[in-house]
Amino acid sequence: MRMINQFFSKIREINQRYSKPTVEMSRAVKISLAVLRVYLFLLVLLMIYKFITVIKVV
Amino acid sequence: MDFFSLLYFRFKKVWKAVRLYLVIAGPGLVVMIADNDAGGITTYAATGAKYGYHLIWFLLLLIPVAYYVQEMTVRLGAVTKRGHAEAIFESFGAFWGWFSLLDLMIVDWLTLVTEFVGMTAALSIFGVPAWLTVILVVLLMSVIVLNGRYWTWEKIALGFCLLNLIYIPAAFMVNPSLSDIAGQGLIPNLPGGLNNELFFLLMANIGTTIAPWMLFFQQSSVVDKGLQEKDIKMGKLDTFIGSIITVSIAIFIVIVTGTLLHGAPIDDAATAARMLMKTNHYIGAFMAIGLFDAGLLGAICISLASSWAFGEIFGWAHSLNTKVKEAPWFYISFFFTLATAGVVPLIPGAPLVLITLFVQVVAVTLLPAALVFLILLLNDKKTMGEYANSRLQNIVSTTIVVAIIILSTMYGVSALFPNLFQ
Repeated sequence: MRMINQFFSKIREINQRYSKPTVEMSRAVKISLAVLRVYLFLLVLLMIYKFITVIKVV
Repeated sequence: MDFFSLLYFRFKKVWKAVRLYLVIAGPGLVVMIADNDAGGITTYAATGAKYGYHLIWFLLLLIPVAYYVQEMTVRLGAVTKRGHAEAIFESFGAFWGWFSLLDLMIVDWLTLVTEFVGMTAALSIFGVPAWLTVILVVLLMSVIVLNGRYWTWEKIALGFCLLNLIYIPAAFMVNPSLSDIAGQGLIPNLPGGLNNELFFLLMANIGTTIAPWMLFFQQSSVVDKGLQEKDIKMGKLDTFIGSIITVSIAIFIVIVTGTLLHGAPIDDAATAARMLMKTNHYIGAFMAIGLFDAGLLGAICISLASSWAFGEIFGWAHSLNTKVKEAPWFYISFFFTLATAGVVPLIPGAPLVLITLFVQVVAVTLLPAALVFLILLLNDKKTMGEYANSRLQNIVSTTIVVAIIILSTMYGVSALFPNLFQ
């Protein structure tokens, strides 16, 4: 139990340490990150779709 | 100054540069040669068997692709003294950091399983049971990693890189026709037109040339080795030489299977080795040894890439220059990844085909993000200073990265939906 608590407090510490991105949020950076989010979202949707179709077949 | 004095002066200058290179060489060579891992050897063997020498020109195109992507990690590591995972956390925040780290962990573990599959298949050709191969590999890697010095680890890894050159004598032993190689292989052509099968193989070749773990590994390796800004030039040369060697090895494999197994159905490199043994025992044995070595090199680098990344983020000591007592979590995570991946091929009925498929799909979620972050980080002039990407470097690297993202996405999607591009 103590180890699990320590682990989660470490995660919180990491989240705190890296809460503010240091890279300058220029327009190019913002656009790149937004496109990346959309790309990953679509990819995850595709994987979920595949997973559901496989489950249906099984 | 007379002729001999001038010659001596030139020789001393060149020798000094060579010695400097030998000191700095390592991360680029190791990452590039390890790039020809078990999955890579299978891809090249299948390419040669299916299309003969016809796709050699395409492999040559991958030299600049591999170089331009990987040299950015050299600059980033040498300037920031941070690994790729830490750089992403710090520059883009915890969300993208966790995404990259967890994705890396999954991709690395799955890839590691495929390395063990390759190694066990390779040694089974010599009658070594799979369980014994796994134990031998884990013991061997313990000896390599636990010596407590990055320098020693790197030199041993370079020794295994040398063994990867075994495909060169194999290629000479098959007596290929040089005119056929030049005529068919060096002139860009698409045998049979751009059909689904050819497209999948081209994408597989790209996919095996740039893998997500390579970015994380080389940057962390540069940091662990302690390369400074003044070493960037030699670090880049190291990467360039590595990219030439890795593609050359790929071409020699294509020549071997393209000469002896042209038209044969090859699903994996171990099958190719078995078939080659029927023609020439030594060439088959070379193929199997090369496959084992490729898997071992891949396993060494991939498991380290994960451990370095976790060490950077969790603040553990994470250097090969540390003893087990000084960096227990670094070594525990290394062996945990290694041992759990090693066990999978030993499980009867383990879904190895599904795992191979998963590697391709999950890699597609990590590779574009890691590449985009790489370019953005290299454009952060505040951090990179004079080592930030120039306009020309941005044009070249962005073009390459966009092409890789499109093709690797199509590769991943076609792995999910095999009939999509038919």
